[in-house]
Amino acid sequence: MGILIHNETRVICQGITGRAGGFHAGQMLEYGTKLVAGVTPGKGGTLQCGIPVFDSVCEAVTETGATASVIYVPAPYAADAIMEAAAAGIALIVCITEGIPTLDMIKVKKYLSNSKALLIGPNSPGIISPGRCKIGIMPGYIHKQGTVGVVSRSGTLTYEAVWQLTQMGIGQSTCIGIGGDPIIGLGFTDILRLFQNDAETSAIVLIGEIGGSAEEEAAEVIKREITKPVIGFISGSTAPRGKRMGHAGAIISGNKGTAASKMNALKNAGAVIVDSPSDIGKTVQSA
Amino acid sequence: MKLYEFQAKNILRGYGIRVPQGRAISRKDAAAKAYAEIGASRCVVKAQIFAGGRGKSGGILFADSPVEAATRTAGMLGARIVTPQTTPQGAVIQYVLLEEAISITKELYLAIVIDRSLQTPMVVACGEGGVEIEEVAAKHPEKIIKEPIDVLFGIHPFQVRRLAAQLKLAGVSFVKMNSFIVNLFSAFIQNDCSLLEINPLVITADGELCALDVKMDIDDNALYRHPEFEPFAACQDATPAEALARKHKLSYIGLDGNIGCLVNGAGLAMATMDIIKLHGGAPANFLDVGGDASLEQVTQAFKIILSDPKVKAVLINIFGGIMKCDTIASGIIEATKGGGVKTPLIVRLEGTNADMARKTLERAGSGIFCVKDMKEAARLAVSKAIESNQS
Repeated sequence: MGILIHNETRVICQGITGRAGGFHAGQMLEYGTKLVAGVTPGKGGTLQCGIPVFDSVCEAVTETGATASVIYVPAPYAADAIMEAAAAGIALIVCITEGIPTLDMIKVKKYLSNSKALLIGPNSPGIISPGRCKIGIMPGYIHKQGTVGVVSRSGTLTYEAVWQLTQMGIGQSTCIGIGGDPIIGLGFTDILRLFQNDAETSAIVLIGEIGGSAEEEAAEVIKREITKPVIGFISGSTAPRGKRMGHAGAIISGNKGTAASKMNALKNAGAVIVDSPSDIGKTVQSA
Repeated sequence: MKLYEFQAKNILRGYGIRVPQGRAISRKDAAAKAYAEIGASRCVVKAQIFAGGRGKSGGILFADSPVEAATRTAGMLGARIVTPQTTPQGAVIQYVLLEEAISITKELYLAIVIDRSLQTPMVVACGEGGVEIEEVAAKHPEKIIKEPIDVLFGIHPFQVRRLAAQLKLAGVSFVKMNSFIVNLFSAFIQNDCSLLEINPLVITADGELCALDVKMDIDDNALYRHPEFEPFAACQDATPAEALARKHKLSYIGLDGNIGCLVNGAGLAMATMDIIKLHGGAPANFLDVGGDASLEQVTQAFKIILSDPKVKAVLINIFGGIMKCDTIASGIIEATKGGGVKTPLIVRLEGTNADMARKTLERAGSGIFCVKDMKEAARLAVSKAIESNQS
C-alpha cells in the first residue's frame, strides 16, 4: 500500500518546460511514474518528454484524468499554480518550488481550506513509494520497497537516511519530504496518522530540524495515537540562535525551536532518538 | 533580512504611525546639526545594531546639548558593542539614531508575528513594555495577549477593542489603538514582514501611541518584490565572507570552529555540523550550496571556506540528487588548481555520478581524502584538523 500515492496514480507536471521540470519529468517517467501530461501556460499543444503539454491544469485533468500534480513553477508564480491545481480538482499537490513568500503561502492555505486537495510542500523533495510511484526530485535508485515510512522536513538529509536503510536491506513503504518552509501543507502529525493507518508500514522514521514547533506537536500525536515504533532524528543541535540555517523555517528564535526541546518531546512520547545522523539506519534495524 | 531601527521607523512613519523625531547618523560631525534639526531639549542617542539588549550595554544614552550629542555619537560610531544577543565579539556600530526623548506614562509590548502552528499572522501584546517578551511568556504566560489576524479580512475592530481592554487602555489611547494596529498590519503585509515588533509601544503624556523602538524583519523569500530593500542588504553581512556568499547566492554562516563544511541541502548541512561536534570537532561554518549549484558557485563556496584562517580541514558532504557529484568534483579541482591549497579536504560524495566524481578526485592527488560515509568523514576531518593545527 504505502500512503497518498500508488502505482496507478496519474500525475501531471506544472512547469514541465522549465529546466528543473523538464529534467525531473524525464526522471519520473524513467522510474515508472504514470506522468500523463505537463502544463505550461502558452506551451499547450507541444510535447515534452513524449507527453502532451496543456495550457491549463483544468484542460490537462479533463484530457488525462490525472489526480496528482507536481509543481516546479518559479516562486513568484508557484502560489497561483497550487491554487490552480486545487481548483481543477487535483487531489494531491506536490510543490517542489523553493522560496515562495510566507504571506503567499498563508493565503494559499486559506484557499485550500475550502477544497479537498492535499498539499505536500512547498520546498519539498516530494513523495515516493519505492518501486511504484515517484513524484519529486529524489534520486530513485537510493530507495527500496519495504515497510518503513519516512517523513522529513529536509531533502538531502532524507536521502541520507533512506540510503542508510537501503544499504542495510531495509525497504521503505513511502518517503515524504514535508518541506523546509514555515508554512507548509501536510505536516508531521498528518503523515504520522496516515502511516499509523497504513497496513504496509511497520515503523516510522521522523527527521526534524530546528525552528517552529512541528516536532513537539508530532510528539503529542505519537504519545496519543501512534502504536508503531517511531525513530527520530533532529538536525541543528549545533546551530547558533537567531540565524536562518538555509531553510526559511530553520531558525531558533529566543529559546524556542531548539533541537534539545524537540528531542526531549519526542523521547518523552516514546520515540527512539538517534544522536548521530550516521546511525539512523542502524537504529531502525535494532528498533 | 533585518532592518535597522531607523529604517523600520522611516517605513512606519509612512503608514501614519507615530515615531519620535529623529535622524540617522553615520558621520561623527553630523550629530550637532541633527540635534538642532530635531529641536528637542533632550535627545536619545541609540546605537543601530541588529540585536537587542542595547540599553544595558551602553548602546542607548541621553544627550542634553549638541555638544553632548556629538560626544556620545563619536563614542559609539565605529565602536563594538556586546549585548546578550550579539556574538561574544559584538557588533560594530555603523549608524547612530539621534531622536527626541519622549515623556512616557505607560509602556506596552506589541508585535505582529507569523504563528506557524495556526498558519496566520498574529498580534501579540503585553501590558508590560520594554521587557524581554520571551521571559514574560515563559514565566507569566497569562500576561501575553494574542489575537490571530485573518490575512484576507485584516484585524476586526472588535478584536482591537478586546485587546485594548485587556491592556487596560482607556480614553484617547483606547480609541487610537484601532488605527495604530490597522496601520501596523498594513505595514506588515505590504512590506512582507516576518516580524514587526514595537517594544516598547508607549503612551505619551498627551495620550498618543508612539513606537519607541521597532524591530522589523523582512521575509527573505519576498525580497524579489521589494527592490527598495536591496540597498539595505549589504548591512546584513557581518563579514566579507558572508557578503561574498550572498553575491553568489550561497547560504553561509560563519561559526567559531576549525572544520570548514561544504554541503548540499540545509538539513544535511546542519547534520554535518552536528556529527563533527559529536566526534569532538567544531564546525567553522554552515554552508549550503543549494539543490542545483553551478560549477561557479561550488568554486566560490570553496574560496569562501578557505579564506577563513581558522579552517584547518574541510569536510565536503554531498548527497547528489539534482546536484551532480561530478560538478562538485570539478569545483574542487577548479578551486584547488595551482596547488596552493594545503588544507586537507575530506570528501564524501553519494548520489548521481558519484563514481565518476570519486575517480576525478583520486586522480587530482594528495590532500584529498575520499571517504564512504558521514561517520568516517567526520572522524577523519576531526583528526586532520588536529594534525594540521599541530604542524
